[in-house]
Amino acid sequence: MRISTLIYSLKQGLKNIRRNKLFSLASIGTIAACVFLLGIFYSIVTNFQHIVEKAEEQVAVTVFFDNGIEQEAIDQIGEKIKANEEIDTITYTSAEEAWEAYRESYFAAAPELAEGFKKDNPLADSASYAVTFKDIGRQNEVVEFLQSIEGVRQVNYSETTANTLSDFGKLAGYISVAIIIVLLAVGIFLISNTIMIGISVRKEEIGIMKLIGATDYFVRSPFIVEGVLIGLIGATIPLAAIYYIYDKIIIYVMEQFNTLTSIIEFIPTNQIFKVLVPMGLAIGAGIGFIGSKISIRKHLRV
Amino acid sequence: MIVLEDVNKTYSQGAPALSKVTLKIHKGEFVFVVGNSGSGKSTLIKLLLKELEPTEGKIYVNNKDLSKLKRKQIPKLRREIGVVFQDFRLLRDRNVYDNIAFAQKVIETPPRFIKKRVPQVLTLVGLSEKYRSVPKELSGGEQQRVALARALVNNPSILLADEPTGNLDPKNSWEIMKLLEEINRRGTTVVVVTHNREIVDAMQKRVITMNKGVIVSDEEKGGHYYADKYIDI
Repeated sequence: MRISTLIYSLKQGLKNIRRNKLFSLASIGTIAACVFLLGIFYSIVTNFQHIVEKAEEQVAVTVFFDNGIEQEAIDQIGEKIKANEEIDTITYTSAEEAWEAYRESYFAAAPELAEGFKKDNPLADSASYAVTFKDIGRQNEVVEFLQSIEGVRQVNYSETTANTLSDFGKLAGYISVAIIIVLLAVGIFLISNTIMIGISVRKEEIGIMKLIGATDYFVRSPFIVEGVLIGLIGATIPLAAIYYIYDKIIIYVMEQFNTLTSIIEFIPTNQIFKVLVPMGLAIGAGIGFIGSKISIRKHLRV
Repeated sequence: MIVLEDVNKTYSQGAPALSKVTLKIHKGEFVFVVGNSGSGKSTLIKLLLKELEPTEGKIYVNNKDLSKLKRKQIPKLRREIGVVFQDFRLLRDRNVYDNIAFAQKVIETPPRFIKKRVPQVLTLVGLSEKYRSVPKELSGGEQQRVALARALVNNPSILLADEPTGNLDPKNSWEIMKLLEEINRRGTTVVVVTHNREIVDAMQKRVITMNKGVIVSDEEKGGHYYADKYIDI
């Protein structure tokens, strides 16, 4: 494309938007709403996934060993567990460490009561591995694997936690994808209507252009530019708004629910926007491009 | 330069708009096409611009078989043909200069050529002084001259004029015809569709007379005398 043609298309695109202010504003508004909701959903879903991942890290199963097992056998079991690809971390707790932790939490007020057990560890057979998974959704099969290892007496796990976390993550994903698809469709529909009006307003000019030998591409490009510009403007507004309110919301949530601070960790603004800005702009421009293409195909026979 | 061989054009309803039309217009000729409304004159122009497809027959423009032109090649054909209409078809929101420059912009002429060429055609049509005026500030004759300048700015080898004097008074009509004659003298083939019998009589050019889609006469230096034998123009 010649630079002069690009400038021409840009000028005409802007002129179309100005000429057709009301519909352009309606389209910009719809795309803004679409990208705003998308941004909100993205922020929520990404933060939720982040929180779930953190929670998953804390959802550990505990592997206990047969009574009187040798340390060497315990180490071998540890190697076998580590070798499984689904395992994220594995932490060993010896019988002494287990008793120490138990003593600290239950005999803190009267440590002298625990003295009686000093030479006879009541948790002598409670050495264990705490194991976390890469994907909590596959907990059941990994537990089966752990139970099958020779020397393993018992595997403690919570089926409900794993299933709930993984199902909730999926549900949030499906709902947000469905809403975003509906919003995208509405955006495309509105843009294509705006462009259609632009085409009908400029019918005479288009007719002249055709007669004096303008190519299809030359006639169409201002409308494509118009659609893409509307999309980009529509996307920039909500991105700026989300950028402004994201931090404020996190600070508010943390202040209101002090107890959450220790459990929940939100993703910082910059990290969210590294993905959200290109995604929002691409979606805005994409809606504009597709909307104008549809209208051109339908109403602009050059 | 323009050749029609047994061209038929029938619209979905009604009688044929053109029937077995065969004609040849040579390079550099000046031709009037006359006839009543509905005689097929406008259909002829639309066929030459490939706005319409003939139902049957062959059309050649500058040795190109129009039936073999692909969609993408149509703009190139139209750049070889300048066209003016009775209603001028100027862009009302642009001034004289921009209306003419527009014809060069749409074929992606570099701006430096546009700046050089537009004043040349403005001088040719005698509107150098009015390049900043918008169409509503111009008389009908001036608007038609702008339309002519726009048609000529890309140096077409053929100029089609569809009732160019239809909206003009006799004085302005003559000025436009003199301009068309001058353009023809410079080598452009000029085809004028008109009802104006005074002009046709006076100019003594080739006259093709059409009636109900058929060429009823084709005279070398015709006038209304020839046309009147067949129809009342």
